[in-house]
Amino acid sequence: MKFGLYGFLFAMWSLIIIGGGMMVILLGPFSIQQYGDFHWIIASGIKVSIALILVVIWILILSKLKNYIFKKELKF
Amino acid sequence: MIDLIIPAIISCILAFSVVYFTTPPLIKILVKKNYTVKDMNKKQDVMVARPGGISIILAIIVSEIILYSFFQLNEIIAIIITTTAAFAIGYVDDRKVMGGWFKPVTLAVAALPIIFLGTYDSNLAFPLFGDVQIPLLYLGLIIFMIPITGNTINSIDVLNGVASGFMVIASFTLSICLFILGNYEIAIVSLPLGFVSLAFYKYHKIPSKIFPGDSGALAFGAMYGTIAIVGSVEIIAAIALLPAVINSFLFLSSVKRVVEHRQIKGKPVEHTDDFKLKATTDKKAPVTLVRLILAGGPLTEKQVGFVIFKLGIFSGMLAIITAFMMGVSL
Repeated sequence: MKFGLYGFLFAMWSLIIIGGGMMVILLGPFSIQQYGDFHWIIASGIKVSIALILVVIWILILSKLKNYIFKKELKF
Repeated sequence: MIDLIIPAIISCILAFSVVYFTTPPLIKILVKKNYTVKDMNKKQDVMVARPGGISIILAIIVSEIILYSFFQLNEIIAIIITTTAAFAIGYVDDRKVMGGWFKPVTLAVAALPIIFLGTYDSNLAFPLFGDVQIPLLYLGLIIFMIPITGNTINSIDVLNGVASGFMVIASFTLSICLFILGNYEIAIVSLPLGFVSLAFYKYHKIPSKIFPGDSGALAFGAMYGTIAIVGSVEIIAAIALLPAVINSFLFLSSVKRVVEHRQIKGKPVEHTDDFKLKATTDKKAPVTLVRLILAGGPLTEKQVGFVIFKLGIFSGMLAIITAFMMGVSL
């Protein structure tokens, strides 16, 4: 059980590192120029959407991992 | 360097001493006024003083004002205002039963001084991969971060000494990471949080003489979150807090909505005849970190606390590794 919790912590940490890398790669170079003064608002809106999608994917993976690691313990 | 060492020593001594010396009289006053709650994990009817947040916030304000007299940083003002606001929000919740919306919404408002004082950097730094600039998204992150850290610390305040003991580990980890990253001024500004938590742990550890209450737990969490933002160590701070994050994640993914603990019907944990803690088989009860720890069999309150502390130390080590990884670029 205790090993499972440490494993889950390590998995969360790994997901943060990988997810962060994906954010930098996907959002870092992203920019829009052709909409005049509003380009930064549109670019920010798209960045927010991508970030939210990444967070949702992160939570889904974490839920699957939780069910896999704690499948015995979660039969409450 | 001596310019940094003297304020650091003075503020740390003050932070520790104010809690150490004001908490015993505070306990007497609270007991006299009948501001006590039953310790649910004791066999006998033990009444414990609450809230200890009063001595916690006093120590934070005194030590941070002293630091401001040396550094004149807007970051310190942001920490004082946001933490005091979080304390006030928690104090209202300690005195009156508020709805589930109250703490998240008001804590989001408490985060606004960080934005108005401009004490943030909208570049979010990740290990190995570098920074990403997210100006609009970062404002949302600030608004969300303070309610999350506040409620996350509040959610692990379920056993004697756990919230303050865990805070000692997480906050000193954050200070070490800030030193590793060379952010010395904010590292020194963060040190009082660890010393306040350490002094409070003396009275909060099993058997508790005082509980921090929502006012203390939210003050701890809000100060931690504010330091993470003004020190640009949001990711590292989240990693150091992972055991408490797991607790909130397990709770929310089993309950599937934002709800106060008192509104939950099923009990995740019960007591054995010798008053050890034991996981229930109630399917309606939320999954929590304590319930998962107890899935292997009954443990005493002290043993569960130590398992949480070991998890805190493990995630603290991951946070320090992450701080070193910040200097490495792929």
